[in-house]
Amino acid sequence: MRRYSAFAIAREAMRHHLGWERAWKSPTPKAQYDVIIVGAGGHGLATAYYLGKNHGIRNVAVIEKGWLGGGNTGRNTTIIRSNYLQDPSAAIYEKARSLYETLSQDLNYNVMFSPRGVMMLAQTEHEIRGYQRTAHANALQGVATEFISPRRVKELCPIINIDGPRYPVLGALWQPRGGTARHDAVAWGYARACSDMGMDIIQQTEVTGVKREGGRVVGVETTKGYIGCSKLGIVVAGHSGVMAERAGFRLPIESVALQALVSEPIKPIMDVVVMANTVHGYMSQSDKGEMVIGGGADNYNNYTQRGSFQHVEETVRALIETFPIISRLKMLRWWGGIVDMTGDRSPIISKTPVDGVFVNCGWGTGGFKAIPGSGWAMAELMAKGHSPLADAFSLGRFREGRFIDESVAAGVAH
Amino acid sequence: MLTFQCPYCGVQACETELAAGGEAHLKRFGPGSSDEDFEGYLFLRPNVKGVHFERWRHAMGCGKWFLAARCTATLEVFGTYPAQTTEPPPEIIAAIKARRPDWSLS
Ligand SMILES: Cc1cc2nc3c(=O)[nH]c(=O)nc-3n(C[C@H](O)[C@H](O)[C@H](O)COP(=O)(O)OP(=O)(O)OC[C@H]3O[C@@H](n4cnc5c(N)ncnc54)[C@H](O)[C@@H]3O)c2cc1C
Ligand SMILES: [Zn+2]
Repeated sequence: MRRYSAFAIAREAMRHHLGWERAWKSPTPKAQYDVIIVGAGGHGLATAYYLGKNHGIRNVAVIEKGWLGGGNTGRNTTIIRSNYLQDPSAAIYEKARSLYETLSQDLNYNVMFSPRGVMMLAQTEHEIRGYQRTAHANALQGVATEFISPRRVKELCPIINIDGPRYPVLGALWQPRGGTARHDAVAWGYARACSDMGMDIIQQTEVTGVKREGGRVVGVETTKGYIGCSKLGIVVAGHSGVMAERAGFRLPIESVALQALVSEPIKPIMDVVVMANTVHGYMSQSDKGEMVIGGGADNYNNYTQRGSFQHVEETVRALIETFPIISRLKMLRWWGGIVDMTGDRSPIISKTPVDGVFVNCGWGTGGFKAIPGSGWAMAELMAKGHSPLADAFSLGRFREGRFIDESVAAGVAH
Repeated sequence: MLTFQCPYCGVQACETELAAGGEAHLKRFGPGSSDEDFEGYLFLRPNVKGVHFERWRHAMGCGKWFLAARCTATLEVFGTYPAQTTEPPPEIIAAIKARRPDWSLS
C-alpha cells in the first residue's frame, strides 16, 4: 500500500494524479477463513483491523450486504464523548475516545477527529443533579469532564439562549476532549488498512444462513455461495435480531428508527457540540458549514430507515428556543438509520449460545464514538476468549441482572 | 406517518395520538419458572423484520390498550383488534395472508 502523505500529494500533482491506488481490493471470496465478520460498518471493520494488528489473525473476511460504511456508520451525527456513568462504559468509551486521538496516524487515513468539546445542557433540576453525579463518577474513572455554569456555557457557545422561557440553561456537563470525526473516513480508513493486511472485504453479499455442526459454527451461506469459517463475528447493528435468528438464538434487542437532518451550509457559528437531552435535540456544525441536527428515536419496531415527521418537528421546535439563530435555516437532507436498542442502553460484546459465534451489537443511538474501543475489545474476545473491556457487556448480564444502566447517559443522546 | 383504527372507539388514530407498547402475545413466566423462561419473557425478542404483532395504547383518545398486526419492513398495517385475546384472531390472520401469501404464524 502506498502511504498517503504531503509528499504523495506533491508527487501526484506532478503526474496528473495517475498514481493513486485503489484504497481497498474487491476480492472473490475464498472457500475458508479463520474468521468471518458479518457487517462492514465501523464496528465490524475495526474488529477485523485489531484482529490483524493486535492478534496476528489475518485470514479474515468481512462480508457486507450493501456497501461498506452504508449502515449506521454512514448515517450518524458523529458525536464522540466518553462521559458515561458506569465504570465498564467509561472504560470502553474512553478507550475508544483515546484511540480516536491518534487514529489518523495509526491508519494513515485522515479521519478528521476534531476534539472541539461536547456540552450536555442541564435544563431541569433533575438534570443538574444527574450531570453533577456523572462529573463525580468521571473524576473517579479518570475521564476529564466538569460541570460548568450557565455563564461558561454562554462563553463557549455564544449563540445559545440561556434564559429561554421553557428550557432555561442551568449548567452543563462539559467534556473538552470530546468532539466529532468524519464518519465515512473512519469506515474507509479501517477498510483500507484491513485490505492492506490481506483481509478480504466482500461487499454486495448478504449472509443468509449460519451453518452449524454439533453446536459449533462451520461456515455461512451467502448470496455468493457457502463460505467456511472457524469463528464468526456478527456485527450488524439494526439487523442483529435477523442474523441471530439465522444463527439459532435470540437477543435482548429491538430495532427502531433514529433520524437526523442537516441544514444548508452557513458561516461558522458554533465550534462545540451541544446536546440538550430534556428536549431531545442536539446540534453541531460540520466543516462544510451545515448544522447537523439529531433528535430522539422512534419507539416502535421498524426496519425502514425512514424518519417520522413528528420527531423532526419536536426536535426542531425545541432547538429553536435554545438556538434562535437557526429559526430561518432551510433543511437540506433528512434520513434515518435502524438502531439496535437494549433494555439497559448498553452494548453487547459477547459469546453466544453457538460455539464460535460472537456478537457485537446493541450500540443503539450512540455507537459511532465507540468504534475503535469496540473493535479492540471484540477482537480480543474473539482471539482469546475473553477481554477485560468486553467482559461486563456479555449476554449473561440480562439473565443475571447485572445491568449496565446508561439510560440516563445514553437514553436519548448520541 | 402510521395510522391505526382504534378497535374500541373506531377513530383513525395517527401515531402522535398513540403510545407504542412493544411485542404482543408474550407468554408470561413468573415466580417458580426456570431462569431461561424468565429471561426469555423479560428480555429476548424475535425483533422480526416482517409481520409483527404489537401493543398500542390510544393514549390521547379513549386511553385503552389494543393490539395490531403491522409489517416492520414496510410499515403496512394489516389490522387492529382488542387486547383481550391471547392470539391473533382469524380475520387478522386472513388479512395478513392476503398480503403476504408466504407468511405463517410461527
Ligand atoms: C441518525 C443517527 C445518528 C447517530 N448519531 C450518533 C452520534 O452522534 N454519535 C455516536 O456515537 N453514534 C451515533 N449513532 C449510532 C451509530 O451510528 C451506530 O451505533 C454505529 O454506527 C453502529 O455501527 P455498526 O458498525 O455496528 O453498524 P452499521 O454501520 O449499521 O453496520 C452494520 C452493517 O451490517 C450490514 N449487514 C446487516 N445484515 C447483514 C447480512 N445479513 N449480511 C451482510 N451484511 C449485513 C449492514 O448493511 C451494515 O452495513 C447514530 C445513529 C443514527 C442512525
Ligand atoms: Zn380509542
